[in-house]
Amino acid sequence: MNHLLNLVTAFSIVLMAIVLISLRRSHIRVEYSVSWLGAAATLLLLARWRAALDWLTRALGLSDPATGLIMIVFCVFLGVFYRFSVIISDLKDANIAMAQRVAILEYRIEALNEKQQTLEHS
Amino acid sequence: MTRAAQPGALLIIIPAYNEEAAIRGVVEEVRATLAGAPVLVIDDCSSDGTKVLAKYAGAEVLPMPHHLGLGGCVQAGYKLAFELGYDYVVRVDGDGQHDPAFIPAILETLKTTGCDMVIGSRFVARDGEHTSAPRAIGIHLFRAVLRPILGKTVHDPTSGFVGVKRTALEVFARSFPLEYPEIEALVVLQRKRFTFQEVPCRMRPRRGGRSSITALKSFYYIVHVLLGVFVNVLRFEGRRRRKST
Repeated sequence: MNHLLNLVTAFSIVLMAIVLISLRRSHIRVEYSVSWLGAAATLLLLARWRAALDWLTRALGLSDPATGLIMIVFCVFLGVFYRFSVIISDLKDANIAMAQRVAILEYRIEALNEKQQTLEHS
Repeated sequence: MTRAAQPGALLIIIPAYNEEAAIRGVVEEVRATLAGAPVLVIDDCSSDGTKVLAKYAGAEVLPMPHHLGLGGCVQAGYKLAFELGYDYVVRVDGDGQHDPAFIPAILETLKTTGCDMVIGSRFVARDGEHTSAPRAIGIHLFRAVLRPILGKTVHDPTSGFVGVKRTALEVFARSFPLEYPEIEALVVLQRKRFTFQEVPCRMRPRRGGRSSITALKSFYYIVHVLLGVFVNVLRFEGRRRRKST
């Protein structure tokens, strides 16, 4: 069990470090780093605070804290993935609407330019 | 075409993605059938000569800045048509499967029956020639699913040969399914209490290019469309319920 807790601790710290480095290099925006940092902090807390992990394991109706920890890890990352699915869907909708708008505006500008050129030649 | 359209004006839209083998023939055929009707090819960022050939054949081209997929492409055409004030829009596919000779029948039905959308159907008076076996199975499945939702049988729910009038154009300019749009669009219209009709038409084999729905994608297509249909049903039912409380 201790080995698993140490692994989760190391994993959380590495995850936090990766997210912070990515933030510093502007590879990830602050608003999208919060979910990852929150998930990493939750895992770190549970891995180092045994009483909280035991309480959560009992609350989930499980007897083994290791199973509880794995289940919590799974739920936390499921939540993060869901949040990003919502964000990606919103971004895709916005991206399509913007691409359509750009295409329509470009089309209308080109038509106006052609019209202006015709007027200038006549 | 960029000026505001006259009342009763018709626009033909042709979504196309890498259709250089067929697009020129399709545009020329449409223009020969409906002299004077503007033809707009919506080029979904093709990597071949689709855009050039469409222009060469006499169409206006609305080029997408990047690949949007069929629904996004068609919706861009609907948006432009709505902004320019067109009253009727008929969509013809860029692969040559839709026979433009049937456009007048679609337009006439739109004008005389009062319905908001007309579907060119290969099954109303024909046996669905040039329909592959997997597609035919899919059509039967969607027909069965849609019947209780729409309250009537739609013989050819996957047909992209459709005409819409301004009422439906307004709805589609705001909200249109982005992937595999034909079937979901029917549910969107039905939920708005709009009506549709089918007219018999002939479908031909593709003149070139490849269908976006490969054998492998067929299963994904069915799941995606079924999910889209049910989401649309739930979405509008939910709104109606909230309004009534």
